[in-house]
Amino acid sequence: MTPAFAVFLIVGTIAVASSILVISMRNPVHSALFLLLTFLCVAVLFVMKGAEFVGAVQVLVYAGGIMVLFLFVVMLINVRHLPDEKVLSNFWKGGFAVGLGVFILFVAVVRPGVYHDEQLDKSRLTSVKERIWTESHKNPGTYTYRRVHRTNANSEAVGMALYTDYLVPFEVASLFLLVAMIGAIVIGKRELSATEEETAQQFILERVETEKEVKEAMSA
Amino acid sequence: MLETAPSTDAYLMLSGTLFAVGLIGVVIRRNMITVLMAIELMLNAVNINLVAFSHRLGSLEGQVFTIFVITVAAGEAAVGLAIIIQLYRLKSTINVDEARMLNG
Repeated sequence: MTPAFAVFLIVGTIAVASSILVISMRNPVHSALFLLLTFLCVAVLFVMKGAEFVGAVQVLVYAGGIMVLFLFVVMLINVRHLPDEKVLSNFWKGGFAVGLGVFILFVAVVRPGVYHDEQLDKSRLTSVKERIWTESHKNPGTYTYRRVHRTNANSEAVGMALYTDYLVPFEVASLFLLVAMIGAIVIGKRELSATEEETAQQFILERVETEKEVKEAMSA
Repeated sequence: MLETAPSTDAYLMLSGTLFAVGLIGVVIRRNMITVLMAIELMLNAVNINLVAFSHRLGSLEGQVFTIFVITVAAGEAAVGLAIIIQLYRLKSTINVDEARMLNG
């Protein structure tokens, strides 16, 4: 057993165990913390497969952003005031059956030894296409591409792929994030009642008045 | 690490396990926040698959798609949590079984 495989076994066991705890905890805060542990373990697995940039994004976006979002919502929704209801839904037997069926299907398809690791060229994961000005013999004055292998350049390689081959999907992803942001704001915003709206307008008017007074005092 | 990484099928087994756990969580839980967390678990399992195959095939496409999946997961979590907050304001509960206003 190589050291890497031992690390994989330990981290993978922690990931699976904490994911089972995520779906079995009664309190959503505990679920969120175990979900954080799962995300960090998955980030370690990414780094072991040579995907350092994706591992970093996993920690930043999932562990840093999405988890905070979950914890915020858990705090907004007062869990203690919710009625003490059953954890499992009415379909829990069917749910377990479907989950186990899917798991058995995966195990049947991905038996150990089906996907041998071939000795393929892994240099694309850590190398960058660099444009080097070399005149070819046949067509003078043309660019030719040359792959430059640089170790530990995974972020550079991913960035190069994102900004050249996948530029349009990248821009569509930014548009998607904008739409998701607007949607979340519109869905999550609270309709003000008539009295609240009046109070808010009065507050704004008073604020404008104060600013005017301050400006006059400054200019005087 | 690149040369000594565990085999692809070990990664696929792990990702299948995580996906099955997430699927069970989506179906059996009543708490809507936990259901959303289970969906995130399933998306993470898919990401493990993509990264494992990216390493096996020696191509970057898997990692690029993983980043897009993370983007979609972030947007999905934001909108889903906004829906949960609005449901809580409307019905004072986040029980999945209580959200049946469209049920005629």
